[in-house]
Amino acid sequence: MGFLDFVEGPLFVIAAITFVLGALWRVIGIIRIGRKKDISPPKGSAAAGFIKGNLRHFFPRGIFARRTWLHIIGGYGFHIGLFVLVFFAAPHIAFLDDRILGFGWQGMPRWAFVLVADVAFAGLIVLWVRRISDPVMRLISDWEDHFGSWLTFLVMLTGCLAMQQSHDVLRAVHMLVIDVWLIYFPFSRLMHAFTFVLSRGNTGATYGRKGMNL
Amino acid sequence: MSDQSKAEIAVAKFLEHTDAEAASFFEACVHCGECAQACHFFLNTGDPKYTPTYKLRPMERAYKRDKAPFASLKKNLGLAPSKVTEEELLEWEPLVYDACNMCGRCTLVCPMGIDIAGTIRKMREGYSAAGMVPEGLKSAAEYVKKTTSPMGVTIKALKAQIARQEKITGIPIEVDKKGADYMAIFSSMEIMGYPEVLGAYAKLFKKAGLSWTISSTAYEATNVGVQIGSGALAKEILERVVNAAEALEVKHVISPECGHAYGAIRWAGPNMMGRQFKFEVVHIIEVLDRLRREGRIPAGTKDDRRMTLHDPCQIIRRGGLLKEPRSLMDDACSDFVEMKGAGVTNFCCGGGGGVSANPRAEDLKLAAFNSKAEQLRGIDGLQAVVVPCGNCRAVFEDGLDDQELELEVLGLSELVADTLENS
Repeated sequence: MGFLDFVEGPLFVIAAITFVLGALWRVIGIIRIGRKKDISPPKGSAAAGFIKGNLRHFFPRGIFARRTWLHIIGGYGFHIGLFVLVFFAAPHIAFLDDRILGFGWQGMPRWAFVLVADVAFAGLIVLWVRRISDPVMRLISDWEDHFGSWLTFLVMLTGCLAMQQSHDVLRAVHMLVIDVWLIYFPFSRLMHAFTFVLSRGNTGATYGRKGMNL
Repeated sequence: MSDQSKAEIAVAKFLEHTDAEAASFFEACVHCGECAQACHFFLNTGDPKYTPTYKLRPMERAYKRDKAPFASLKKNLGLAPSKVTEEELLEWEPLVYDACNMCGRCTLVCPMGIDIAGTIRKMREGYSAAGMVPEGLKSAAEYVKKTTSPMGVTIKALKAQIARQEKITGIPIEVDKKGADYMAIFSSMEIMGYPEVLGAYAKLFKKAGLSWTISSTAYEATNVGVQIGSGALAKEILERVVNAAEALEVKHVISPECGHAYGAIRWAGPNMMGRQFKFEVVHIIEVLDRLRREGRIPAGTKDDRRMTLHDPCQIIRRGGLLKEPRSLMDDACSDFVEMKGAGVTNFCCGGGGGVSANPRAEDLKLAAFNSKAEQLRGIDGLQAVVVPCGNCRAVFEDGLDDQELELEVLGLSELVADTLENS
C-alpha cells in the first residue's frame, strides 16, 4: 500500500470515525449535563426562541457594525469560502462520490475555485492577524486558537497545491493534513462549528420564554 | 476557611452551576473578542481585561478541567487547564463584581449568542460561597437580614413616607389589606429617594378603581442575593414576598421600577422557590399599559418637554418589556425622542448588577456612564430623561452631576400619574 492509499484509505477511515464519534460524544456530553426545568410562567415559546436565536445571530446588528466590521468581513469571508470549497470543489465532490456517498453534484469551475479560495484565505489571514495584533484578542487567545487557525490554513494551502492533481505526493500531503485536522477537530475549539447551535439556541430559548423579540 | 479551601469551594460551586446551558457557552466561545465592543466598561477604559468573555475565565477553566467532555482524557494526557487558584480568583473578583452590570448587551454582538451576563450570575455563586464578595454588597446583605432592606429601610420609615404621600395626594394607601387584588413592592431607593412613586401609584390606582395594598412585612423588592450571587439569600428574600402575598391572598404582585427585582421575582423566582406562585407577577409598566389599554387610566394633557427614555437592561433587554414603556411615553409626552441605540441595544447606566452598591466600583461606574452621557448629548434640546428603574435613576443623578449635564430625571409611573386625564 502506497502512502496515498494509506492516507486516503485506512487513515482517512480512522480520522473520519474519530471525527464523527468524537463530535457526537462531545455534543451529547454537553447536552447530558442537563439543566433544571424552568417553571416560571412563560410568555412565549422556548422552542421558537431556540430556532430564532440560531437564525438571528447569523446577522450582525447594525449598531455594532462600525466597531466590528473587520471581524464581520473576515469571519464571513473565511467561513463561507471554506464551506464552498469543501462542498463545491470538483475533486472534493469526486472524493465524496467515490468514497462515501455514492453520488455527486455539479462542482464549481476553476475560476470560481480560485476566487473563493482567495476570499477564504484572506478571511482566515485577517482573523489571525487580528488575533495577534489586537490587544483584546491577544489577551483572550490561547494556543488552541492559533493551532486551530494554522491547521486549517495548512488544509487550505495543501488543498490549493493539490488542486491540479498533477502529483500524487501533493494529494497525499493534503489528505494527511485533512486526516490530522479531522482527528484534532472533536477535541478542539474547532467544534464551534457544531456547538454554536446549542449556544445560540439556549440563549434564544430563554429569550423566547420571556416573549422577547431580539 | 483555609486559602486552598476557598478556591475549592468556589470551583465546586462553579461546577455545580455549570449546567448544559453554561457548558454550551464555554464550548462555543471562539475568543473573537466582539463582546468587548458592546461592553461599556471596555469602551470607556480601553482596558482589554474588561472584555466580557475574559471575565468568565476562571469558571471556564474549572469546567474544562473537571466537567467538560474529554476532561478526563485531557487530564491524563496533561492537556487539561491548570487548577483555578485563590490568587486567580482574587484577581478576577473586581472583574466579576465591579466591571459587569449583567446587562447582557454583549450577548447581542456575540456571533455565538453567549449569555455572558447570565453566566456571570452563576459565577458569582462561586465567589459568594467562598466569601469573596465586595464589602459594599456584604453590608447590603447584612442590612437585608436585619431589616429586609439593603439600605436599612424599616417599616416605620416606609409608613412615614406613606403618610407623607397620603397627605400630598389626599388618597389613603392601605397597608396589609387582605384580599386586595394587587400587592405592590418597592426598591429601597424608591422608598427613600423617590417616595413620590407611592403617591403616583395611589393616584393611578384610584383612577383605575384598582384594589391594592402594601405589605408591612414584605415591601422590599430589591434582591441582594441575586446581585451577590447567593442563591440561598436570594431565596430567603423572595420567600418573604411570596409568603406575604399568599397570606394577603392577593391576585398579583407588582414588581416596581427596578430592573433586577423584576427578573428576580418574575423569571428566577419560581425556579428558586421550586414551585409556581399563587399570584401573578406583573411589572408596574405592564400594569399601567394594561390599564391604559382598558381605558381605566386615560391620558390627559401631555408634558411638552423634550424627553427621552432610558431602557433598564433587566426590564427591556432581558425582561422583554420593550413596547409597553414606549406606548406610555407616547401618551404622556408630546416631544418624546429616542436616543441613538434605544431599545434592546441601549447602554446600561453602569450601576446595575450590584455595581452601584459597591463603593469600590464608583470610579468605574462613572466611567461607564460616559456611554449613556454621549447618548443623551446626542439629542438636541433634551430637557428630561425618563428612567423606569430606581437604581438606574440614582446612577443617572450621580452620572449627570459628574458629566455636568443638566437634565431632569423622572420615573415613568410619576410621569403617567402627572399626565392623567383631569390630574
